Amino acid sequence: MSLAAALPRRWKKPPLIKRAWLRWSLALGAAIYLALAFGTTEVNWTRVWEGLPRGAKFFAAFFPPDFVSRWSEIADGILESLWMTVVATVIGIALSIPVGIGAAKNIAPAPVYYFCRGILAVSRSFQEVILAIFFVKLFGFGPFAGCVTLAFATIGFYGKLLAEDIEDMDPAQAEAVRATGAGWLQWINYGVQPQVLPRMIGLGLYRFDINFRESAVVGIVGGGGIGATLNTAFDRYEFDSAAAILLIIIAIVMVVEYSSGYLRRWVQ
Amino acid sequence: MATAIKDGTKVWQRRDRKAQFATWGVYLTGTAIFVYCWELISEKTTWAFVWDAPAQAGDLFARMVPPDWNSIHGLWWPIWDTLNIATLGTLMAIIIAVPVAYCAARNTTPSVAFVRPVALFIIVSSRSINSLIWALMLVTIIGPGVFAGILSIGLRSIGFCAKLLYEAIEEIDESQVEAVRATGASGGQVTAYGIVPQVLPAFAGISVFRWDINIRESTVLGLVGAGGIGLPLNAAITTLAWTQVSLILLLIIATVVAGEWVSAKVRHAII
Repeated sequence: MSLAAALPRRWKKPPLIKRAWLRWSLALGAAIYLALAFGTTEVNWTRVWEGLPRGAKFFAAFFPPDFVSRWSEIADGILESLWMTVVATVIGIALSIPVGIGAAKNIAPAPVYYFCRGILAVSRSFQEVILAIFFVKLFGFGPFAGCVTLAFATIGFYGKLLAEDIEDMDPAQAEAVRATGAGWLQWINYGVQPQVLPRMIGLGLYRFDINFRESAVVGIVGGGGIGATLNTAFDRYEFDSAAAILLIIIAIVMVVEYSSGYLRRWVQ
Repeated sequence: MATAIKDGTKVWQRRDRKAQFATWGVYLTGTAIFVYCWELISEKTTWAFVWDAPAQAGDLFARMVPPDWNSIHGLWWPIWDTLNIATLGTLMAIIIAVPVAYCAARNTTPSVAFVRPVALFIIVSSRSINSLIWALMLVTIIGPGVFAGILSIGLRSIGFCAKLLYEAIEEIDESQVEAVRATGASGGQVTAYGIVPQVLPAFAGISVFRWDINIRESTVLGLVGAGGIGLPLNAAITTLAWTQVSLILLLIIATVVAGEWVSAKVRHAII
């Protein structure tokens, strides 16, 4: 038999999942799931159809959006959102530093590690709005409840990333600092912190950005900020004011994103 | 290396004088901004309620235990809806995100001057608006229900998936694309055999990661009427049925943790 006959004539792209049975059973499972999901999802198409003109009216409201007639409410809400974001980000990051250090496997003893990981898991399981409902119940309506919500959610996000970053650090540098006879705090400050700082500053700004976006929704359940104004605007079908609020949110998020990129380059 | 003179001897310092002042300046401004914002918030807070909060929390907790396990039969359907919202929403998002990412990546976009800015704008506006706000809009436009939930999750996720995907496309190894092109492949073939295999693992990872986030997000869409487990949660809170609330919260934790586990396993298998 010649070599040419033994080799396959045509080249075939290698599949992403190599095991054939796994590939086919995954595809079959996906097909069954999709059939079930589409079969059980009830869509009221007449209602959707009736809503389309309203949707068109909503998008028409963007040209031009109405910044003027509700300006004092919008300005109040946006400023309150910004204050909340600043306070919640600062408090959240300050609290997440000890939790994050405790949740890093390479520098924390086992009991501390499991305790801190537990805090992170609870904080990450609930969406901000669910947390906000409970904090509003406890602290009353207003920005304080929103602040506590965002700070709590920040702990889960920032603490987890800080812990992972510390676990990935270069142990040689930390050991060099320890070899000079540094105490524990000095060791953290000179051996660990410089290694994680640039990334953590970027992540801090990213969390600021997330907190600002979330502050727009905690208001829907009474946590202060722009969300309450936005919710009212939708409920009253004042689409042009709602469009104005959305555009302001998009603009602020873009500003934060650009300045974050700039600041990160400056720090590095 | 920065040094300072102390009692006639050189002492090591972490930063020189200028950097030290700059650092203190940043800290001072930051603290001032923080204190100012805190003042404004504190003005709007009824502190009596805050001091009362631990007692309130204890009271609420006492009302919430034990969870009302009998009401779980009514919750399977909303949980199924929640999972569907997350999955179908993610599916919709990745179907739309692929062409958007292709247009937004510097090395594959048809036109840097016209198409790329449009794609980037789609990404930014989708990312800036929370899925709950998308749901708020869609519920007023197309009416309450699961469909509004799927669309809002989908619209929110387009930006996320497209952003990560276009960054992955921009990081591909050009020499492989070149090699495929050198065989005489057409444009479509270059994409299919030169670019797609390089970004496919990243693409699968991004989709699963977003699916995991979307499960968490879709648990609250019901609060504004967009279907899922949020509907019974809202109903239980409004009727002060705290034992049902605690059951729903436990169910949400279980779902989210299970989703996170699946997502971590799949990403681990791919990467």
